[in-house]
Amino acid sequence: MRALVLAAVAAAVAAAAAEIAPQDRHSGYDFAGPDTRAMQDDDTANPGMLGVLQGETLWAAKTGAAGRSCADCHGDARTSMKGVAARYPAFEPALARPLDLEGRINRCRSEHQGAEPLAWESADLLALTAFVAYQSRGLPIMVRADAELRPFVDLGSALFHRRQGQLNLSCSQCHDDNWGKRLAGAVIPQAHPTGYPVYRLEWQSLGSLQRRLRNCMIGVRAEPYDYSAPEAVDLELYLMARARGMPLETPAVRP
Amino acid sequence: MARVLINLPARAKRGELIEIKTLIAHPMETGYRLGPTGGAIPRDIINRFTCTYNGEEVFRAELFPAIAANPFITFFTVATESGEIVFSWTDDHGNTQTEVRQITVE
Repeated sequence: MRALVLAAVAAAVAAAAAEIAPQDRHSGYDFAGPDTRAMQDDDTANPGMLGVLQGETLWAAKTGAAGRSCADCHGDARTSMKGVAARYPAFEPALARPLDLEGRINRCRSEHQGAEPLAWESADLLALTAFVAYQSRGLPIMVRADAELRPFVDLGSALFHRRQGQLNLSCSQCHDDNWGKRLAGAVIPQAHPTGYPVYRLEWQSLGSLQRRLRNCMIGVRAEPYDYSAPEAVDLELYLMARARGMPLETPAVRP
Repeated sequence: MARVLINLPARAKRGELIEIKTLIAHPMETGYRLGPTGGAIPRDIINRFTCTYNGEEVFRAELFPAIAANPFITFFTVATESGEIVFSWTDDHGNTQTEVRQITVE
């Protein structure tokens, strides 16, 4: 009898530590209130669309020493950028590591436009990223898991499952084991990055996935990674691989 | 110029109640926050919004610092005749942004 109880406890612990089964995955949209969901669903009420509009202007604006716009090389974003955001972070051979969408845009600026990279979390970088990601809205996340990217997905996974900070919590302990429960007034979501850059009502602005990650890390009293730090990109990559197959919602609205 | 999203029906029946939704990009800085150096960030909000329908005011709102960034204002009016609906937002610096939309009433 005692052995049976112990076995049951062991099974329960194992189940709690396991990853979320594909059919049980939920976007943060499902955890948001009806008002927030309605705001996201209506393009004229979704404040993230203001960023998308700004990004559309920036896409066509000539910039840098080369005097070229994004559109001069990539043409109409509606066709050329369709599905691109769903594949990011992607492997960049020149750096021999993955690059997220913000990193790609900044690299494009310095390599092909002769322009200064845009500052992280600047309105312009968020707007361009939102505009590019918006072209993939509704498409399933399709981050590759080939030999090149696999080691970085594993690094990200290790970070996700590692306890850190003064509260000594891993990402997984909240988002795999306790999703759906409440942390003070807020529901704990499953941490699927389906709608970034996201318009967060708390921020009153668009924000990147890296900003969100820093938020959580400060929450567990850990030292957050710098913007575009390799660890931050690995974690982004792991989260996107974990959400593979879920549709992109950019620009999502979250509380 | 700030970015604006306006949603209203392009056509309506005479006497029909129509919903108008407006969204404008604005930081709505309250004046109560402190900047990185400890000094107050000066207040900068949209304080007035008006909507006129063929010159007649159909909706007006006063806005205050408690209103969030990128104010979203939605209201109803009655479609009386074809013409212009003019929206204007005025900020603390006295600058006004005006947008015009056409409506056809049958």
